[in-house]
Amino acid sequence: MENKLKREGAVIFSEYNRGDAVKKAISIGREDVLFELKESKLRGRGGAGFPTSTKWMLTAAAKAEKKYVICNADEGEPGTFKDRVLLLEYPELVFDGMVVGGYAIGAKEGIVYLRGEYEYMLKSLQDYLEEMRKDNLLGKDILGKKGFDFDIIIRLGSGAYVCGEETALIESLEGHRGEARNRPPFPVNTGLNGKPTTVNNVETFASVAHIVTKGGSWYCQHGTDKSTGSKLFSVSGDCKKPGVYELPWGTTINELLKIVEADNTKAVQVGGASGLCVPKSQFDRQLGYEDLGTGGSIMVFNESRNMLHVLKNFMEFFVEESCGQCTPCRIGNVKLLEGVEMIEKGEYTFNYINKLKELGETMRISSKCGLGQSSPNPFISILENFKEEIFNNGKGGK
Amino acid sequence: MLVLEKNSLSEEISKLVDLYGKDRSSLLPILQGIEKNHKYISDFAQQEVARLLDIHPVEVYSVVTFYSFLTHKPMGRNVVRLCQTITCDMFGKEAVAKAIERELGIKFGETTKDKSVTLEYANCLGMCDQGPAMLVNDQVYSHLTPEKAIEILEKLK
Repeated sequence: MENKLKREGAVIFSEYNRGDAVKKAISIGREDVLFELKESKLRGRGGAGFPTSTKWMLTAAAKAEKKYVICNADEGEPGTFKDRVLLLEYPELVFDGMVVGGYAIGAKEGIVYLRGEYEYMLKSLQDYLEEMRKDNLLGKDILGKKGFDFDIIIRLGSGAYVCGEETALIESLEGHRGEARNRPPFPVNTGLNGKPTTVNNVETFASVAHIVTKGGSWYCQHGTDKSTGSKLFSVSGDCKKPGVYELPWGTTINELLKIVEADNTKAVQVGGASGLCVPKSQFDRQLGYEDLGTGGSIMVFNESRNMLHVLKNFMEFFVEESCGQCTPCRIGNVKLLEGVEMIEKGEYTFNYINKLKELGETMRISSKCGLGQSSPNPFISILENFKEEIFNNGKGGK
Repeated sequence: MLVLEKNSLSEEISKLVDLYGKDRSSLLPILQGIEKNHKYISDFAQQEVARLLDIHPVEVYSVVTFYSFLTHKPMGRNVVRLCQTITCDMFGKEAVAKAIERELGIKFGETTKDKSVTLEYANCLGMCDQGPAMLVNDQVYSHLTPEKAIEILEKLK
């Protein structure tokens, strides 16, 4: 395997040396770290886009004798592989970001929840942490700052997509089935072992390292008003140059397709299996929280692809990965998949397909966690945007 | 299971428990350790873990059956997991799957008679830019063709 980093942009891949962010954080103090983060308007890079500074401030404000910083490296969304590249090639950004997190919120323990599929990187990451300990970037009195103790351990997942959901991840760390919890209470108050916990994506920590080093206003120079900074996009599918690209927020799908050299593109799935399928007529839409907010999965489909087949693949994925604890998700996904199979065989009625779309809406509002709330997205968006192909010109069957 | 085997498994599990601790949060690392060494977590192993962590065996069973990389039925010495998610599917997963099935003489979900290989599908392995991809134990292989996949499997024998 290789890593295929295709484009290094001006933010995440700007110059950085191990320890920069930690030194800066200690020199400016906790309050200012949180202030810079607020200035940067950074939003969670896993896909949900929750403001990172809010999460950290709440965790910092929570009173407890123990707090945790968790790095969510359970990168399981189909089409996403940016965290793989970050962890293998830029671990200093991710780990320094975690140390800064520990400093800002007052936690002494950091945990990386690494998906089981990435076990092959475990050794190199552990070696890297060992080097950081030697440089006093981890351990006791970090860089001479009295009382600033922080260390990071890595825990492996065991092949469950749902553990990318933060409360399911916490359940898994506690030795339980990866079943999402009711929220509230949120992890910022009641997280791992009932203690205040901040859970952030790998790319979020990497962004934090730069923001703390270079300042929140520097970060805001990139991207758009509401979507500051840049984003890593994992691009796969029908294009000449698949790989990881750092692009400023605000880039349109058309621009992106040009960069990755995609021809004859019919559809772009933005945000992975749980994202939205954007048809050609909407390729002028922007990537960013104003329009298409995303964790960065971009899958390109050209004219030769059968969109019903794509949809079926996604629904099979969700049927397998639903944890099964709540009914809308456990049964809803099975029903949606059955609907796709009916269309495939030509044994459907529009009346029933419309019922299934309503079921999808019900799942969106009644599922317990993000999995079931977003799994109807491809069903609804593909059937809507490609009804011509699927129902009218006979491509649906076969 | 022979008494001697039981004793050695018990000893191994108690070493894992010493390493990771008796806390419930150690359950996954302990189970992952057993899975790695034995390619499955037997009923006896589950009971031992439950006893040492002081939890009900059903708690252990419920965790083992939740995660797809933990198994309670014996697997082969090598576990091959071919990615079945969309981009790997678009770039030739089916041809690779058929070639592997033919070559090993088993279907997905089965183990070879000599117990050398178990064949399974996996969901997205995070190699979407280089599909088709598969995991062989904890190693990942990408840009597979039927020929390349078979070459990799040959080396396992």
